[in-house]
Amino acid sequence: MLHLLAQAEPFRSPTVDFHAFAPEIVLSVSIVVVLLVDLVFDERGKWATSSIAGIGLLAALVPVLTLAVDGADRSLFDGAYVVDNFALVMKALFLLSGYVTILISARYIAEGDYYEGEYYFMLLCSLLGMLVMGSARDLISIFVALELLSIPAYLLAGWRKRDLRGNEASLKYYLLGVFAAAVMLYGMSLIFGVTGSTILTEIGAALDGGEAPAPIVVVGILFIVIGFAFKVSAVPFHTWAPDTYEGAPTPITAYLSVASKAAGFVALLQLVFIGFLGRSDVWGPLFWVLAAITMTVGNLIALRQTNIVRMLAYSSVAQAGFMLAPFAVAGDIDVDRGGPLAAIPPVVTYLLIYAAMNLGAFAVVMVVARKTRSGELSSYGGLFEYAPGLAVLMTVFIFALAGIPPLGGWLAKFVVFRALLDAGTPAAIVLAVIAAVNSVISLFYYASVAREMWMRPVPDGDRAPIRIPASLGSALALAAAFTLLFGVSNVATRFGDLAIFGFLP
Amino acid sequence: MDVDATWYLVLSALLFTIGGAGVLVRRNPLVMFMCVELMLNAVNISFVTFARMLNDTGGQVVVFFVLVVAAAEVVVGLGIIVAILRRQPGADADDISLLRG
Repeated sequence: MLHLLAQAEPFRSPTVDFHAFAPEIVLSVSIVVVLLVDLVFDERGKWATSSIAGIGLLAALVPVLTLAVDGADRSLFDGAYVVDNFALVMKALFLLSGYVTILISARYIAEGDYYEGEYYFMLLCSLLGMLVMGSARDLISIFVALELLSIPAYLLAGWRKRDLRGNEASLKYYLLGVFAAAVMLYGMSLIFGVTGSTILTEIGAALDGGEAPAPIVVVGILFIVIGFAFKVSAVPFHTWAPDTYEGAPTPITAYLSVASKAAGFVALLQLVFIGFLGRSDVWGPLFWVLAAITMTVGNLIALRQTNIVRMLAYSSVAQAGFMLAPFAVAGDIDVDRGGPLAAIPPVVTYLLIYAAMNLGAFAVVMVVARKTRSGELSSYGGLFEYAPGLAVLMTVFIFALAGIPPLGGWLAKFVVFRALLDAGTPAAIVLAVIAAVNSVISLFYYASVAREMWMRPVPDGDRAPIRIPASLGSALALAAAFTLLFGVSNVATRFGDLAIFGFLP
Repeated sequence: MDVDATWYLVLSALLFTIGGAGVLVRRNPLVMFMCVELMLNAVNISFVTFARMLNDTGGQVVVFFVLVVAAAEVVVGLGIIVAILRRQPGADADDISLLRG
């Protein structure tokens, strides 16, 4: 026995690059600390959990920065987990939007009579899933990351568990979420069967263009894209979004519409531009249809909403349509203009700008709801008379979402239009025209919010000023600063151009 | 009769279709949820078959992850469903429609 052991190869532990994992490790440690603090402290001490969660997210940003300074692309576990510029940009986006979510949650959760410690625990777990998603370059790790970010989100959506609307929001999100995950998994199993690998770069090499695609490949790609279309709430898979957004606590609505949607796009970018890069003849038309109907249907339904949260929900559906547009034309972009991969920077730029302006708009909704206890559009009547600062900020965010220079949103739309015109095919031009018409339609409902705030009388004559808690105020300041910065400088496009994949098939 | 890999793939496709149709047709949240489980198991059969055909253990590893994650989903899903049925005993998907528009 010992003789055999002596002959065997000595056990060598696989080399693990802990620097590459540092953001996830820091976040995991703060998750454990939040859980312990929640266990030990009594009701009066629960406020500490929100501070610890916030500090944990900022601390996790430090290794992201050191990795960015280091600059080397790292590939772990045979390419299943990759830290490259794309992963770092997206991780920074997730951490910052998570931080703003915690800022806007702090007072809301502390003042409600629902669990406080567990809320931040769930939020951080979901963010950990997003960090993993940024690096996941393997079907298994993409699936695990997707579930890690989704399962806590199902619970967060129904956090007000004694409220029927909260329950309904949670159930709809849950049932459609797991259904979409099952569809995506079936697609993954087909792709695995054809290519014999779960690593995206190997799948990309095996699916590399050439003759007409086998039906099984078409079905596999279709199912995977549909699975993530649910996640990014693309029409016709958007039905859960408005209901969940309305019934969920407002900070979670902001979180779902920004971070969760961004995570869906990150997964799509990785799958499409690494795994299925050679098969743009399959996914190009699919994304064209998704993008066209998503922006049109989202905008048209948003026009007739009277509740501001539902209106912002449909607006976020429509914005997802704009983000899907570069996918549709990626296959047609000339090699001298960057080839299909040139469609990635517009999407990333759009995600960064959209995060700033949408989080800002939801922060204003939270502040106003503290006074009016309502999400109806009419409750914004005369906001300028008693809260001029808030009215100006809301106008900034709303017009940024509409895409009016010099606020952030115009640059986001500009890069998408540039990608569409770079492709230059008739299909791309038609999509650009549809997008332009949609920008005009969206102006109507965005402007109706501004009209309500600036021109209508105060509904019940209650002109008591609104007190803004410090945490919400700093969230507003952060979002407004980034919305303006992205509009007047090229910071967002610089980050978009930075976000390139380190390893391709 | 020779049972080769195709049979397993057909079985998987059938189970997946039954599950998918069930989610869309049935109105009881618990039954809809069981149909999703059926779809996940169809995925497992498909992964194992392909892993066997390709002589690649990667596909079998996926099955373990799917099983574990499905168990976690069950916990969360039953929690949500229990929370609803406590407030609205006997509710089905048509009763749960406060939010619309």
